[in-house]
Amino acid sequence: MPETAEALADTQFEFITFSAGGQNYCLEITQIREIRRWTPVTALPHTPTDVLGVMNLRGAVIPIFDLSARFGLGKTPANERNVVIVAAVEGTTIGLLVESVSEILSVEKSAIQETPDIKSEATRHSIRGMISVDETMVRVVNLDAVLEHSAGVAQ
Amino acid sequence: MSMNSIRDTFFEECEELLEALVEGLSQMEEASDDMEVINAVFRSVHSIKGGAGAFALDRLVNFAHTFETVMDKVRDRELAVDEKLMALFHRSGDQLSDLVASARDGTDLDPSAETAIVKELESYLGSDAAAEEFSFDAVTLDFDGPAAIEIPDIDISDVGEAADTETEYCFEIQFKPERTLYENGHEPLLLFDALAELGELKVEADLSNLPSFDSFDPNDAVIAWSMSLKTTESETTIQEVFEFVDGLCDLSISLSSETSPAPKAEEVAEEPEPEPASSEEPPKAEEVPSPPSADVASVAPAPAAPVPSPKEETPAPTAAPNMAAAAPKEARGPKPTLRVDLDRVDRLINTVGELIINQAMISQRIEELDLPTVAHLTNELEAYKLLARDIQEGVMAIRAQPVKPLFQRMSRIVREASDATHKKAKLVTVGDSTEVDKTVIERLADPLTHMIRNAVDHGLETAEIREAAGKDAVGTIRLSAAHRSGSVFIEISDDGAGLNRDRILAKAIEKNLVSPEVELSEPEIDNLLFLPGFSTAGQVSNLSGRGVGMDVVKNAVQALGGRVSITSTPGKGTTFTIVLPLTLAVMDGFVISVGNQTMVIPISSILETIRPNAKDIHVVGTDSQVVSVRGAYVPIVDVADSLGLTEEERKERNGILLLVATESQDLTALRVSAIHDQRQVVIKSLESNYTAIPGVSAATILGDGKIALILDPEELIKLAHSNPLDPFGQNTNMELRHA
Repeated sequence: MPETAEALADTQFEFITFSAGGQNYCLEITQIREIRRWTPVTALPHTPTDVLGVMNLRGAVIPIFDLSARFGLGKTPANERNVVIVAAVEGTTIGLLVESVSEILSVEKSAIQETPDIKSEATRHSIRGMISVDETMVRVVNLDAVLEHSAGVAQ
Repeated sequence: MSMNSIRDTFFEECEELLEALVEGLSQMEEASDDMEVINAVFRSVHSIKGGAGAFALDRLVNFAHTFETVMDKVRDRELAVDEKLMALFHRSGDQLSDLVASARDGTDLDPSAETAIVKELESYLGSDAAAEEFSFDAVTLDFDGPAAIEIPDIDISDVGEAADTETEYCFEIQFKPERTLYENGHEPLLLFDALAELGELKVEADLSNLPSFDSFDPNDAVIAWSMSLKTTESETTIQEVFEFVDGLCDLSISLSSETSPAPKAEEVAEEPEPEPASSEEPPKAEEVPSPPSADVASVAPAPAAPVPSPKEETPAPTAAPNMAAAAPKEARGPKPTLRVDLDRVDRLINTVGELIINQAMISQRIEELDLPTVAHLTNELEAYKLLARDIQEGVMAIRAQPVKPLFQRMSRIVREASDATHKKAKLVTVGDSTEVDKTVIERLADPLTHMIRNAVDHGLETAEIREAAGKDAVGTIRLSAAHRSGSVFIEISDDGAGLNRDRILAKAIEKNLVSPEVELSEPEIDNLLFLPGFSTAGQVSNLSGRGVGMDVVKNAVQALGGRVSITSTPGKGTTFTIVLPLTLAVMDGFVISVGNQTMVIPISSILETIRPNAKDIHVVGTDSQVVSVRGAYVPIVDVADSLGLTEEERKERNGILLLVATESQDLTALRVSAIHDQRQVVIKSLESNYTAIPGVSAATILGDGKIALILDPEELIKLAHSNPLDPFGQNTNMELRHA
């Protein structure tokens, strides 16, 4: 049993796709804790523009990033469909503001392509790979990169 | 329960036993002949030995055994405790604690110290005791019939002779284990061995309760034992053997009228005759001197001739009160405690924090409803609020622990530090029972250790210098803890020479920490000690100068939301004062608004609030402002500016000034837009999911579920003074960018 489960996990990946800054992105479903409607946050002083502030998630204080701004695509315009994707990496919980969530994507491992050798180092680092779905391209967000940024704000 | 968790429990118990040991030893210093104290010390060592034996921790067992043997001699008053022996006991206690730690962590421990201590301990034992090997000889029990374990008999004439010098009594012991005794892992055989060490023992098993084979439950305790023990020891000593099975068995110990069993008694023992009665009932008064169960002495003829036994006339009363004494003894013991996983407590604390927030939310929502008649509702809400507070206080109290164990550890640091520096020092602790949050205690251990070492190494003078200065050759390090106005004060003071300010200043200039031109006040010079990279030790000594400076201490204390300060008087000594918040989870604060943001500022830092008149505010230079407070000019720091908030017509409104005094900065007025409320807030870390933000110490959740930032006044003032460049190369306009 464990082997089959592992084998399955090895080949089959589930992603949640969403749009940010007019581009399609996705995150592996295992990294996502929940998806919440946007509610105003408490702004933080001395922080870059892509840090929107902090939000109360059942008693925990979590920072909310504007993913579009973080990737240099400009601020996310206010919209009723805006949501916050709450994701967790290595014990840290963060929220990502995105324009809207689209669907759940189930793909084979082989369908995930490596990021091609694009010019911008920052961009290449921010995505882990690409998935082609019905002629559109979905970028897999590298959460570590988002976090590294947050740790490096004081630079 | 796995073996590992039993092992963990053992080490947890060891911690407590070691604490009891250290406490006992320090009590012994004051009253070396108090039997209670000596017994307590002995028991601690003995219990550690016993537990360690179960886990085959031989090194620990052997050391504990040697230690215990010497303690036993003290207990038997064969050995008088002098200063030298006391010091040895302290060192043995330290060594025992090291051995426990090394056994727990599986680390290696340099045996040289251990060998030296064992050697010294053995020198107190003399040849006879050294020969006493520590071993449990396996005794095979014969279950074919009423088994009799015979411990080598002695010639009766010998007994008579022995009675001339030391009175030998014959005790009748009825021992019936309960099922729980076996469930707790006790072994009657070990008890018999221990009894046999006291004198001549005869054991007889009572198999009368043995059920038929069909209904036999192997877990049940069906065998009882009757014993007769000829010993010179007192009844108390016998009771001590059964100390650990207290309450797990039916036990009666009575003094037989026969001090020496007649030869006939031995015959009886050999005769396989089933026990007529179970030993569950204690001996009836009228039947004593011959207890009901047929054992060795009871079959012996009633005393015809007087035998040399002082207790002879009153065997029954001695037995009865002893049984009675056993029951209240349990009640007199330490208060029952519960071992709880710290994670569980912390989860509970978090949940209670949520409850408080939830309560505030409900109150706020109901207020918003603006119901016509809310009187009864308000009452219920108020009751809810009080209950929530009660729960919170109760839960916080679980985390609070006395500083005693922490302080006790420091006595070892003083001993080691004074040995290493060849100075004489003693530690005096005050306020041991002051309770502080567990995390604070844990995180204080390193800073305190460092400060105590410093106090001995740098603070105290050598014995010669001290005597020359007319002081006691033995320096005193005083460690005190107290609750004062919602904070915990911990003071470390020495009665040494005081800070050498010239040397500190010279050192700081040499290390380029301050410019030589600067004129510094005495407190400013003292505070140089807290600068990173500062170390006054002329040479790197054994203790200090390991690259850990007072700045590390300061950082550790600040991380706990506390402050450190120094006062020093030349020739009199130096005192370091650590002020810590009572708890790390809640805080009393003012809910304020800064610009359009709601924030919280800790009440503890605020001296007074002022609504200034326009004429009291003066502009100095281009944009600096001061306010005159009762004739003194106090600089104003605008919180919104400090945090880089937008301008937004706030300069026109004077707002409210909060007067704060911080350790490093003088009196400063913080300008905020308004004060709304004073309340207890639950502290939430920002760092756990994000990074630290200058000027903000943490966050909290308000009644509306929104997060408010908790300001750090000291940092805010620093920020304003340093006039920070925008770290992001942008105009940090802080507003809700996405509303």
